[in-house]
Amino acid sequence: MENRISPFLISVLCIGIAILYIPILVLIGYSFNASALVSVWGGFSTHWYTELIHNDQILDAAWLSLKIGVAVSTGSVILGTLAAISLVRFKVFRGRLLLTGMVNAPLVMPEIITGITQLLLFVSMLNLLGWPHRGFTTIVIAHIAFCSAYVTITVQSRLASADRLLEEAAMDLGSGPVRAFIDTTLPGLAPALASSWLLSFTLSLDDLVISSFVSGPGASTLPMVIFSKVKLGVSPDVNALASLMICLVGVCVLIAGHLMRRAERRRVLDAQMAER
Amino acid sequence: MISAADAGAGAPRRAAAMDWFARRGKWLIILPPMLYLLVFFLIPFGFALSISFADTAVRVPPFTDILSVSPDWHIHLTLNLGNFKYLFTDEVYGLSYLYSLKTAFFSTVVCLLLGYPMAYGIARTSKSTQSILLLIIILPFWTSFLLRVYALEGIIRETGLLNTALLWLGVIDHPLQIMRTTFAVYLGIIYSYLPFMVLPLFATLEKLDHSLLEAAGDLGSPPWRAFLEVTLPLSMPGIIAGSMLVFIPAIGEFVIPTLLGGPDNLMIGRVLWDEFFGNRDWPVASAVAIAFLVLLVGPIALYQHYSTKQLEA
Repeated sequence: MENRISPFLISVLCIGIAILYIPILVLIGYSFNASALVSVWGGFSTHWYTELIHNDQILDAAWLSLKIGVAVSTGSVILGTLAAISLVRFKVFRGRLLLTGMVNAPLVMPEIITGITQLLLFVSMLNLLGWPHRGFTTIVIAHIAFCSAYVTITVQSRLASADRLLEEAAMDLGSGPVRAFIDTTLPGLAPALASSWLLSFTLSLDDLVISSFVSGPGASTLPMVIFSKVKLGVSPDVNALASLMICLVGVCVLIAGHLMRRAERRRVLDAQMAER
Repeated sequence: MISAADAGAGAPRRAAAMDWFARRGKWLIILPPMLYLLVFFLIPFGFALSISFADTAVRVPPFTDILSVSPDWHIHLTLNLGNFKYLFTDEVYGLSYLYSLKTAFFSTVVCLLLGYPMAYGIARTSKSTQSILLLIIILPFWTSFLLRVYALEGIIRETGLLNTALLWLGVIDHPLQIMRTTFAVYLGIIYSYLPFMVLPLFATLEKLDHSLLEAAGDLGSPPWRAFLEVTLPLSMPGIIAGSMLVFIPAIGEFVIPTLLGGPDNLMIGRVLWDEFFGNRDWPVASAVAIAFLVLLVGPIALYQHYSTKQLEA
């Protein structure tokens, strides 16, 4: 399968990767620019990072976004995993097609439509039931709806390829179906669950459009603050903030990737040992 | 320790429990996500639909009820079709929709032309190189979308890296105006959505049976012909899935035309946003969203069809 990749393929691959990375690298470079003028290089400085620590608006927004992110990713992993189990394990049930549709649609649905419809729901609910007030709660609810879809897709493919022999053996030995699933299949799912938790977290942390619609007065998430600053033009403290966020996410993803690879290797090794 | 007697007594009970689980218990697993998505994803579209038939009103929330009960217990259903009529009479909606379609279409084509060779190249490397390259492609997808669009601005603005480099090299005498142009919007969409194209393409190309290509070669087919007649048709599910993953969200894109585009880059997402936050005309905004959604049903169904096919394969 390998060998002989044409120079054409290599060059397109390099161009594609360059397109993806150059802007990010340049941004990180600019964040260490001492000059407030973005076009002039005024020497190396961490001035904009210290500026960031004293910016209450950004710190508050970051704290709110982190709280939302943790709540959303935990909720999404639970709901998304249940949906994945439903779709993989129960081949026939009433509403299966509906669930499949509702799991796949958020992946392609333009955020602006999801945002508007969810806001209208929340406004009508508040009118009829007196709950929920727009802010933290509504953002979490709205984010879970689309993040759980990503969780389902990730867990679904892992679950579909999981070996059911062990689980059946556990049931033969007297475990109930839930117990058997928790003891045998769930540990194998752990890397997929961890990575989908992280994915939900970054998706939530990143969302601007849906948050802008469903948020209320006083609840500005980090992307909302960044967007309002960026709309006015390039600002050097956003450069610093962006670099921090990008590095944080990058490190998280690399760690997650490493953990998943190690888990995979161990699984393969175990399987080889078992065959002997 | 479980004694034999316990096990004997437990077995029928366990069998009964499993039987119950097989019939009813599965709903404990299915219902939570089903109900959640119904209430917070699907039903909101119903609300949007009903509000698209309402009138604007100066109150909170800023629209009238379409259902009302009069004192003599008559239920009145008032449907205002004016919002939809307005979509056709005011040409900004039609034009911005067409403009969004055009922008999304050409961006998708460029993503495909760039992403296909990338995915093909990755699929042909060794397994260990593959996982590294995939990680490189996926990493930007994890980093903030908003920040990446912002980062692109650092490259293409008048005093950005691109202009500085080109001026220094003497290729141009005065800076190119890229920001606030249609070109910048294209660039932004291609840059942001490229990973969405590469990953599904890679997934199909990786599974491609290489012996088919060898067979075509053995039978005297030149490589380009083998590619056109074997590889391309077989990778169709990936092409469709990747294209839809780029095309559909790109139509509704809001951040990119707002940050990188000029005032004439009126994509439907921007119009919708302004209608909502600027004019505060919620019924018209709902009508725009519903009309937009109706036009998206085709592409979304196409995506669903091919992505489920890919998952089952």
